[in-house]
Amino acid sequence: MLEVKNLHVSYGAIKALHGVSLSVKAGSIVTLIGSNGAGKSTTLRAISGLVKPRAGEILYEGQNIAGLPAHQIVARELLHVPEGRMVFANLTVQENLMMGAYLQHDKNIIAAELELVFKTFPRLKEREKQAAGTLSGGEQQMLAIGRALMSKPKFLMMDEPSLGIAPLLVKTIFEKIVEINRTHGITILLVEQNANLALEISHYGYVLETGKIILQNESAVLRQDPKVRSAYLGG
Amino acid sequence: MYALIALGYTLVYGVLRFINFAHSDVFMVGAFIGFYAGRGVSSASTTSGIIVMLVAMLGCAALGIIIELLAYRPLRNRSKLTVLITAIGVSLLLENVGQMIFGATPQPFPEVFPARKFEIGQLVVSSKDLVVLIVTLGLLGALRFLVMKTKIGTAMRAVSFNPQAASLMGINVNHVISFTFGLGSAFAAAAGILWAYKFPKIDPLMGITPGLTAFVAAVLGGIGNIPGAALGALLIGVIETFVRGSRWSTWTEAIAFVLLILILLFRPAGLLGKLQPEKV
Ligand SMILES: Nc1ncnc2c1ncn2[C@@H]1O[C@H](COP(=O)(O)OP(=O)(O)OP(=O)(O)O)[C@@H](O)[C@H]1O
Ligand SMILES: [Mg+2]
Repeated sequence: MLEVKNLHVSYGAIKALHGVSLSVKAGSIVTLIGSNGAGKSTTLRAISGLVKPRAGEILYEGQNIAGLPAHQIVARELLHVPEGRMVFANLTVQENLMMGAYLQHDKNIIAAELELVFKTFPRLKEREKQAAGTLSGGEQQMLAIGRALMSKPKFLMMDEPSLGIAPLLVKTIFEKIVEINRTHGITILLVEQNANLALEISHYGYVLETGKIILQNESAVLRQDPKVRSAYLGG
Repeated sequence: MYALIALGYTLVYGVLRFINFAHSDVFMVGAFIGFYAGRGVSSASTTSGIIVMLVAMLGCAALGIIIELLAYRPLRNRSKLTVLITAIGVSLLLENVGQMIFGATPQPFPEVFPARKFEIGQLVVSSKDLVVLIVTLGLLGALRFLVMKTKIGTAMRAVSFNPQAASLMGINVNHVISFTFGLGSAFAAAAGILWAYKFPKIDPLMGITPGLTAFVAAVLGGIGNIPGAALGALLIGVIETFVRGSRWSTWTEAIAFVLLILILLFRPAGLLGKLQPEKV
C-alpha cells in the first residue's frame, strides 16, 4: 500500500534521512522504532507532506506522492497523527473533530464517523464541549487519533502516541490502535520509542538509526533479536 | 468604526502573527471605491448605500487577497522584520498610487445613505450616527457568527493556532489565509465608507490616523483577540470623545499614542489577551 524508496530529507544543512526505504502492506500494523533524533518523525513528516524530500519516492497506492502539499495527501485518505498531538487547544473537542472531517461534505458520513469515534473513545463524548487545551495528555492523544479518524482514513500514521502518558492509559490507547486496525481495516504505520509495546502489537518492524534503516523483520523476530533487545528493550 | 478597522488587524495577526501596516490604506481605498460607486448610484437611499458598501467591500477583499498573494506570501518563511518592512512598503505604495490617481486634495464624499434627524425624547440623533452604529453592530455580529459558528471560521481559528496541524486535517492553509485577508480588507472597506460618510472629505492619506488609532485599539484589546478588538475600539472611542469635549481637546490625536505606550508598559498582552511566548 505504501512503499518508500531511498528517501532523503534535509533541514537546511542538517541531513536527517539518508536513503530510508520501507514498505507497508495493506491491513497491517508496521512499526518504526529508533532512538531520539534517529529520524522517525522526519520520515512521517515527509510522507504526509510537511517536509519536502530532497530525493526518493513515496509510492502510495501505486502513485508517487513525494512533494505534494499536506492537504492533498489528506485527500487521499492518508492521515498523520503528529508527535506531541497538536490538538487545537483553542477549539472545543467537537470543533477539533469537525476539523478532522474538513474535507468530508456529506453530513451523514460525518455523523456516522463521529459516532464511531465516540464509541472508540467514550471519554471524548463526555468532554465534547470542553476546550481541547483543558484535556489531560491522554485525552488529547485520544482526540488527536479521533480527529484523524473523522476523515475516514485508509492509512494512519501515528507518531509516539505513548509520549508523556501514564502507563495504564498507554495500554488502553494501544488496545484502541489494534481495534482501529482490526475492526476498521485501517493500515497503520506506528512510530514509537516504547519499542516493547510497539513490537507487541505490530506485524512488521523497522529499526531506524541516524537516518538509516539498520534492521527490519517480522516484529516477533525483532523482539528476540539480541541487538534490538539490548538497544531498545532494556536488555 | 475603529472596531471594524481594528478587527482587520486582529484577524490577520491572529492567523499570520504579523501587523499588516497596509491595512489602513485598504481602508482609504474602500472610501475611494465608495466615492466612485456613490456617484454611480442615482440617489441616496438605503439600498444605494448598501450597494455602495458591498461594492467597496468586494473590491477591497480582492485587493487584500492580491496584496497577500503578491507581497506577503513569497515571504512566508522569512523573518518577521522582512514582512513588516514589506507591509510598510505596500502601505506607502498604496498611498502614492492613491495620490497619483485621486490627487492629493480632499474630495467631498457623496451622501450614500438618506439623511434625516430623529428625536427620541430630548435626544436628537442624526441618521448618520444611527447608520454608523447599526452597520457596525451588524457587521460585528456577522463576523462573530462567521468565526465562531461556521466551518471556514473554525478553520481560521485552527490555522491561527497551528497551521501545520491544520494542513494535516486537509485544510488548504493558503486558502484560509487568503480568505482572512479578504475578510479583514472587506471590514476595512466598510469602515472606510462609514468614515467618509460621517466625515465627508476623503484623501489618499485619510487612513493613517484612524488606522493607527484602530491599531492601538487592537493592541489594547489584545491583538489577535476578536472581542478584544471591539472592546478596545469602544474604549478608545469613548476616551477620544471625552478628551475632544474637554480642555485638552487639541491632544485628541495624541491619545492613541499615549495609550499605546501605557499598554506596552503595563499590559503588553492587552485587556483580553493572554501573554504567550513568541512562536518559533
Ligand atoms: N525543524 C528542524 N530543523 C532542523 N533540524 C531538525 C528539525 N527537525 C528535526 N531535525 C533534526 O533531524 C533529525 C531527526 O529528527 P526527528 O525529529 O525525525 O527524530 P525522531 O526520531 O523523531 O526523534 P524523537 O524520538 O526525539 O522524536 C534530528 O537530528 C533533529 O535534530
Ligand atoms: Mg519524533
